[in-house]
Amino acid sequence: MEEINSLMHGFSVALTLPNIGFMLIGIFLGVLIGVLPGLGGANGVAILLPLTFTMPPTSAIIMLSCIYWGALFGGAITSILFNIPGEPWSVATTFDGYPMAQKGRAGQALTAAFTSSFVGALFAVLLITFLSPLVAKFALQFGPAEFFGVYLLTFCAFIGMSKEPPVKTLASMMLGFALAAVGLDTVTGTLRMTFGSTELLNGFDFLTAVIGLFGIGEILLTMEEGLAFKGKSAAIKFSVVLETWKELLHHGKTFVRSTIIGCWMGITPGGATPASFMAYGMARRSAKNKDAFGKGEIEGVIAPETAAHAAGTSALLPMLTLGIPGSPTAAVLLGGLLIWGLQPGPMLFVEQKDFVWGLIASMYLGNLVGLFVVLTTVPWWAAILRIPFTIIGPIIIVICAVGAYTVNNAMIDVVLMLVFGLLGYLFKKLEYPLAPLVLALVLGKSAESSFRQAMLLSDGSVSIFWSNALVTTLVVLALGLLFSPAVAWLRHRGKEAH
Amino acid sequence: MTQSTQAEPTLRRRGPELGVALFLLALGGLVIWDSLRVGIGWADDGPQSGYFPFYIGCLLSASSAFTVVRTLLTWRAHEEEFATHDELASVMLMLFPLVIYIVCVVEIGLYLPSIVLIAFFMRRHGNYGWLRSLAVPLLTMALFYLIFERWFLVPLPKGPVEALLGL
Repeated sequence: MEEINSLMHGFSVALTLPNIGFMLIGIFLGVLIGVLPGLGGANGVAILLPLTFTMPPTSAIIMLSCIYWGALFGGAITSILFNIPGEPWSVATTFDGYPMAQKGRAGQALTAAFTSSFVGALFAVLLITFLSPLVAKFALQFGPAEFFGVYLLTFCAFIGMSKEPPVKTLASMMLGFALAAVGLDTVTGTLRMTFGSTELLNGFDFLTAVIGLFGIGEILLTMEEGLAFKGKSAAIKFSVVLETWKELLHHGKTFVRSTIIGCWMGITPGGATPASFMAYGMARRSAKNKDAFGKGEIEGVIAPETAAHAAGTSALLPMLTLGIPGSPTAAVLLGGLLIWGLQPGPMLFVEQKDFVWGLIASMYLGNLVGLFVVLTTVPWWAAILRIPFTIIGPIIIVICAVGAYTVNNAMIDVVLMLVFGLLGYLFKKLEYPLAPLVLALVLGKSAESSFRQAMLLSDGSVSIFWSNALVTTLVVLALGLLFSPAVAWLRHRGKEAH
Repeated sequence: MTQSTQAEPTLRRRGPELGVALFLLALGGLVIWDSLRVGIGWADDGPQSGYFPFYIGCLLSASSAFTVVRTLLTWRAHEEEFATHDELASVMLMLFPLVIYIVCVVEIGLYLPSIVLIAFFMRRHGNYGWLRSLAVPLLTMALFYLIFERWFLVPLPKGPVEALLGL
């Protein structure tokens, strides 16, 4: 029971007064980010990252991961009260959450959403606690070829599992890789794709890209809807909370199913958004009363929220153990680790025990604190949402500009933010997924260097990728996922032909 | 899709679809061209700099070429909408001030353009009075100043106006 000991030690790291303070600040900022349009988990964390450069890494990651939990909770508030998903993963929550609010059951819907989020996250954290040391230990044996195999698996999973057209997922991902290659090639010292510009020497910073793609892009999308928001107000009475909790006990199956879907989609980089849709679909398919879905069925709130939070949390497992983030926000946190001088990956569990277990302990505490905070403060957030977009919109733009500038204290990043913002708007409208772009931009250099190292080991022969059982399994799995849409398409055609 | 939205003037999706795909195709070509320049082969000390990006460029070009060809093949049948003209006009209401704002930030620092941007939106689109339209941005930027420059010691870009005020 080594994990329990480590976890207890982690609690002693996380439970200091300043760290609890950072936890609370993180949760509040996170919920705020979650309810505001244009600010989300990924770009919220990206904007605040520069403020943590001088903090101790453990406090910094506790605050930033709490922002992430807060954003996951906050997304549900806007979905249920305003029918506006604050985050992509809360789109599925609007299907039944908003009808519930219209029927005057907003309190129940919110309680159900927050509690489900908490349950999903709790199971994912348990999974992280007991599984991640094993994964890390296993990954210690990985060589460059195996690591490239894992990268390949990650990126092929994106193409195989995304709901966007595979060709566009591929294009978006390759754009990320291409942008990651810009600048000085540290192995050979050659300049790549800088075309004589000194500002491109250091390449593109993914934080700028995240702020532009998700922040500015989202603002432009919000503008399409016009400038007005209309919503329901709600406060949650304690009696309603207890009553809803009693009702939730009857939905054990939905919880279990959605948690499994969520954890699976989080560890493989499916992410929270597809997980929430998949869980909603599964809940509806297996329900006795299918027609009630979409009209205010509580199960339709439980399923997506449980899955989204389970996925969002378990996305940190591959980030910590392998250095491969399962979601854009996890990618930003990974960027943070690198900036604080920590190398994510299996060695982290050996060399930085305080950091890893402090973080894992803070996940338990953060979600508990988060649940308490959102249950008690819903009216405030609803009030913030009632501030007109004519005030909030430009302020968010200023926040994004400040965030982009402070990444490297460089003006070029502010300009790039605008370019990425336009790209984000067009990509969203034309069904190019943004997550693969961001992940490829973050992981591009590491993927390339593990590929090169593997090639050096084998003297330029690709046979190294099937030289042992482990790497062969990884590559075969990756190719299987890559071609799964093609297989599904062929089978679909086959059925139509009959 | 209801009758009324069909009657609305809309921008069809095929134009932007083709534009973005061509843009990505061009970028892919650029990546391939630059990779060939730095070498895509094998040097004495291992793979050259263009070794990996070359394949990236190929995949980017191939995937966007697919979209280009498919869009062109279905050009006449393409009826799907990108956005209505009203929606686009609404986006432009944000995009134009945003571009001007970014240019100003680059030229004269962050504070003044930010105040003007927020005040402009409140006055023009929110129909607030002058007092409120000035108070909100001024307070917001004062808060930014305190949080970033005083508490976290992160300097924000300033220009001649801030210099005059001695900040």
